[in-house]
Amino acid sequence: MSNEIGKPLSRLDGRPKVTGAARYTADTPIEGLTYAVFATSTIPHGRVTKLDVSKAEVAPGVLKVLTHLNTPKLKPIQHPPAGQSLMPLQDDRILYEGQPVALVVADTWERARHAADLVRVEYARAPFLMDFTEHLDKAVTVKGFFEPDSKTGDFDRAFNSAPVKLKQNYHLADRHHNAMEPHATIAAWRRGKLDMYDTVQGVFVARTVIAQALGRKPADVRVRSKYLGGGYGCKGFVWPHQILAAVAAREVRRPVKLVLTRAQDYTSHGYQAATEQTVTLAAGRDGQLVALRHESVAPGSMSDDYVEYGAIASRTMYACPALETRHRIVRVNRGPGTPMRAPQEGPSMFGLECAMDELAVVLKMDPVELRLKNYAERDPTKGKPFSSKKLRECYSEGAQRFGWERRNPKPGSMREGHDLIGWGMASALMETYRFPATARVTLERGGTVLIESGTQEIGTGVYTIMPQIAADVLGVAPERVRLVLGDTTLPGAGMTAGSSTTMGVGSAVHDAATKLKQKLTEMAGGPIAPDAYADLLKRRRLEKLSAEGLWKPDGEAGTGESKEWTMYTFGAVFVEVRVDESLRVPRLARCVGVYSAGRIINPKTARSQMTGGMIWGLGQALLEHTELELNYGRYVAKDLANYLVPVNADVPDLEAYFVDEVDEHASPIGAKGIGELGAVGVSAAIANAVYHATGVRVRDLPITVEKLL
Amino acid sequence: MKNFTYSRAENAESAIILISSNADAKFLGGGTNLVDLMRENIEQPDALVDVTNLSKDIEETADGGISIGAAAKNTAVANDKKVREKFPVLAQAILFGASGQIRNMATVGGNLLQRTRCYYFYDDAARCNKREVGSGCDAIGGFNRIHAILGTSDACIATHPSDMCVALAALDAKVLVEGKHGKREIAFNDFHKLPDNTPQIETELQTGELITAVEIPKNDFAKHSIYRKVRDRASYAFALVSVAAALEVENDAIKNVRIALGGVAHKPWRAFEAENFLTGNQATGTNFRQAAEAELKAAKGYEHNSFKIELAKRTIVSVLKELAENGGIKR
Repeated sequence: MSNEIGKPLSRLDGRPKVTGAARYTADTPIEGLTYAVFATSTIPHGRVTKLDVSKAEVAPGVLKVLTHLNTPKLKPIQHPPAGQSLMPLQDDRILYEGQPVALVVADTWERARHAADLVRVEYARAPFLMDFTEHLDKAVTVKGFFEPDSKTGDFDRAFNSAPVKLKQNYHLADRHHNAMEPHATIAAWRRGKLDMYDTVQGVFVARTVIAQALGRKPADVRVRSKYLGGGYGCKGFVWPHQILAAVAAREVRRPVKLVLTRAQDYTSHGYQAATEQTVTLAAGRDGQLVALRHESVAPGSMSDDYVEYGAIASRTMYACPALETRHRIVRVNRGPGTPMRAPQEGPSMFGLECAMDELAVVLKMDPVELRLKNYAERDPTKGKPFSSKKLRECYSEGAQRFGWERRNPKPGSMREGHDLIGWGMASALMETYRFPATARVTLERGGTVLIESGTQEIGTGVYTIMPQIAADVLGVAPERVRLVLGDTTLPGAGMTAGSSTTMGVGSAVHDAATKLKQKLTEMAGGPIAPDAYADLLKRRRLEKLSAEGLWKPDGEAGTGESKEWTMYTFGAVFVEVRVDESLRVPRLARCVGVYSAGRIINPKTARSQMTGGMIWGLGQALLEHTELELNYGRYVAKDLANYLVPVNADVPDLEAYFVDEVDEHASPIGAKGIGELGAVGVSAAIANAVYHATGVRVRDLPITVEKLL
Repeated sequence: MKNFTYSRAENAESAIILISSNADAKFLGGGTNLVDLMRENIEQPDALVDVTNLSKDIEETADGGISIGAAAKNTAVANDKKVREKFPVLAQAILFGASGQIRNMATVGGNLLQRTRCYYFYDDAARCNKREVGSGCDAIGGFNRIHAILGTSDACIATHPSDMCVALAALDAKVLVEGKHGKREIAFNDFHKLPDNTPQIETELQTGELITAVEIPKNDFAKHSIYRKVRDRASYAFALVSVAAALEVENDAIKNVRIALGGVAHKPWRAFEAENFLTGNQATGTNFRQAAEAELKAAKGYEHNSFKIELAKRTIVSVLKELAENGGIKR
């Protein structure tokens, strides 16, 4: 080991990214490329009764107009791993606004877009359901990724006998991912095989679904994804446009590029469904929880069963003998939801951590103290111990760094000039989803090292972290190691999702590098210095020497559970907000987060993950909201001028720290996941701080000025 | 996007000739709004006449005011030393608008003519009386958080999105225009119109008329002026409510006051009621509040924007207080 793990190495892909040398999917040069643009439905429910494509078909440059009348029939696909089972352009049904009704292929993008505007559609409109909050009576139970309900202990008995009770509703808004890079797919058929460049968080998953829809073997499809301009979950599952691009390429017998417009990004690949949460708490006067019930209802789609689990964190967060959670969906005429940073725990920790703050107020107890009082030593629902958990350290270090002891608990008591100052805090929690991964590490002539793994780079630092891990094992400089990823011809790896890549792929790389080192040692007949690697190859007349690595979790894949342990990451978030006493616009003034998240491979890229997550949480708290047009059954405004994400001027000083921790139960390299954790807890901490500043408890996100006037 | 022809005018005269030959032609400034609207097929001109080569001069006028050529970039105006000294509210208003990149492109003339950001105006599958005369207004019964509370009509509740124009309204600017029938001046408050039954007619400009300059008359107190913009996001967001104000207090009484509101009406809203109430009165918080109440008395809220009425009142009071606290002398 040469201690490369833990070093704050700057991104090895930083220079190509800022100089434009990094090639993103839509930039891939392909000879003979044609361009595809969708025409989409303006109604949320009904049937297409008339499609006039005559003007589009004769528009300059147009090669083909695909509609449900002439698109070849595709094989059925399932969610998951498809984002939705509903495939557009297969029949006349419309189940959501933005559903493609035609796909125009032309020789230039401008001409394709123009022709798409010329497609005329007539509909038979059907009644539609948009706002799930008005139809909570239609809530149904479906089985998504997790059990819909959980129950531990006797809630009613514990609740009825408790001296302190609290029940509140919390509402979180619909949000969209808004990755800077729109979805883009390039599909080219070569000798009966499909070659795709695709903005996907999982090349292998994309290959599986696309091959299935097309009735081909996975081996006939190659998918590549070299860089992603953000995904946040919306490029994880496989969406219809990816498949339809491949169909279009087959129809026009030329490569097709399909880049969704920004507006189409709001209706083509999911969103984070709003949740209507009810939290019921009962506690002793000392703050000890005796009963906790967390219920969540979210909108679902007409075609599929994706569930946003807006109560799931309550299964794990606090030690409480009587604990119930419940999840329902109301089907609405919108495309399905999908995971979005941070799914499940992100929304559910808002309700829970706001309710805990309200309980602290009722009990006149410090919010940190209340949380320590209910600290869970083992998972209260699964009954298992945590593989590692240093949340106590997070609370104390966070409070100390923030200066929490100087907080006057009385709302509105802290001010500066015209600003009311609010200090709030919340815990963070995220399940450690673990997925198997493989990798190959190769020593090349000259002593450089190549890592190959079919994972993806979504902006988190994979191009840097994996070389660090291999370098650590092999004793070479990370700059001498390069990573090739994002290609189904490489060793298999899972989706870049669930904050799992460093842990999973990193462990596979570690395994491969360790095996390679063993081979080298054996070949050398004993320990060998890294600077002798090249010579050894030369002496053995070898071009290169490879080793394959594998890691798979010792429990069910895709969960944070093994036979013995339950695995989560944790954190404590402290924030200061400022609210002008008269104008009442809330602004975040500072944020301190301390996290317990296993071993940190690269503190620099990790810090960047956490502060990015905090900004994500800031957006959730104060700005983000996909507004519904209830009269038409559409989203109101599908662009970045009207969907507000934070800009630099909204972002204050952010501080992120990690407590020293190695979790060997989670992965051989001791790492867990961090990408989503930073986005958890921030919105609750902000809402709690807004209450502290103003005395107004806003239980409805985002917290905009009218809620504080 | 519809095909169109493009030509560039070298002076006002040639611009007017170029445009008069085509009824569906439009002048093109920085293109930061018009081109977006063309991409969305909301605007479909046959021809564009680029007028960015026209005067961009920012000059002192004979009477001590300032004249700004219509092709001056927003950034140039905001950074102009004369503007910053004499009319800080104008520089501030511009800098609170859009983004640095957009301000570098956008022209003063184009800023006056930018169109509403009403969602329904942009959504060609919705009804909008601006886009399609007589079709109806879907904002009234729809999602109308960003919409107007003053001077609305049953035909339209859209707002004018400009920040710069709010300052120009407070400063009593004049718009200099030129057409085939000659030159004329339009008082700023008359330039933009309320929607009434013809929301598609947004300004006093006649067909083919070109804005050549904006003139701000000399005034001795506008150097004590500020612009406050209340918005959800700290930058790159349109105003929920904005206030441009200038205040001059003499012997404890308000000698001069100017107040204009943005984000509340189909045009930059000059708060004459409030100004009349305040002139000659003392600069106290109570009077400021009463003035704001008087101005907003006629306000009408819709389902999602009623909060703007109180927010506008508070913003007026807050801005006047700040001006008064600084003795009405400087920010």
